[in-house]
Amino acid sequence: MQILNVILILFLILCALAVERTKDLLSAVIIFAAYSLVMAVLWLLLRSPDVAMTEAAIGAGVTTIMFVAVISRTRRMEK
Amino acid sequence: MDDLIVKYISRLIIPFIQLYGIFVIFHGHLSPGGGFPGGAILGASIILYTLAFGAERGHEKMPHRVSEKLESGAIIWYILLGMVGIWTGNQFLTNQAAGFPMGEIGAILSGGFIPLITLAIGLKVGSTMITLFHTMIKEEQ
Repeated sequence: MQILNVILILFLILCALAVERTKDLLSAVIIFAAYSLVMAVLWLLLRSPDVAMTEAAIGAGVTTIMFVAVISRTRRMEK
Repeated sequence: MDDLIVKYISRLIIPFIQLYGIFVIFHGHLSPGGGFPGGAILGASIILYTLAFGAERGHEKMPHRVSEKLESGAIIWYILLGMVGIWTGNQFLTNQAAGFPMGEIGAILSGGFIPLITLAIGLKVGSTMITLFHTMIKEEQ
């Protein structure tokens, strides 16, 4: 269980760095959704299923859709 | 978006999402979850419908006036339930001392007014989310 925790946190850090470095905003949003999903699993491992449920619904679902709607109204690539 | 597979799958899966949201809302005082996650799941189901079937049919399914009334009505319901405590001579949002029946531990109808409060929060969060998304989509056209 310890190893799974470490792997998930490493993936989380990798996702955060990738979001910061990606120039394509749509890809950044998708990576951010993956970040949210891993964060939800981590909340579950930290024994707070309440926050995990909220994170999976808001972080991975609604926030991604909102970001995609905003990108469709502005431009896709970062300057 | 005009895709048969997306439409069929979302038509198949939306009732289950909504059932799960209602389950989470009504078991807010018994199991993990509650008003906010349940309302978010309910709102996400309508957002999925709008994404799959287009903005017009989404607006038909959940018009702006209905979601607006749900939003305001839920928060008024919450405040009125809190006011019952003041009415009976206690503080705002008093539960047992204000005379709400506590019921049996573990049953759905237990915990005084907590199920009613959770229902109000769920409706508020879900309709707020739908209103936000529909407003964003509408300005795009």
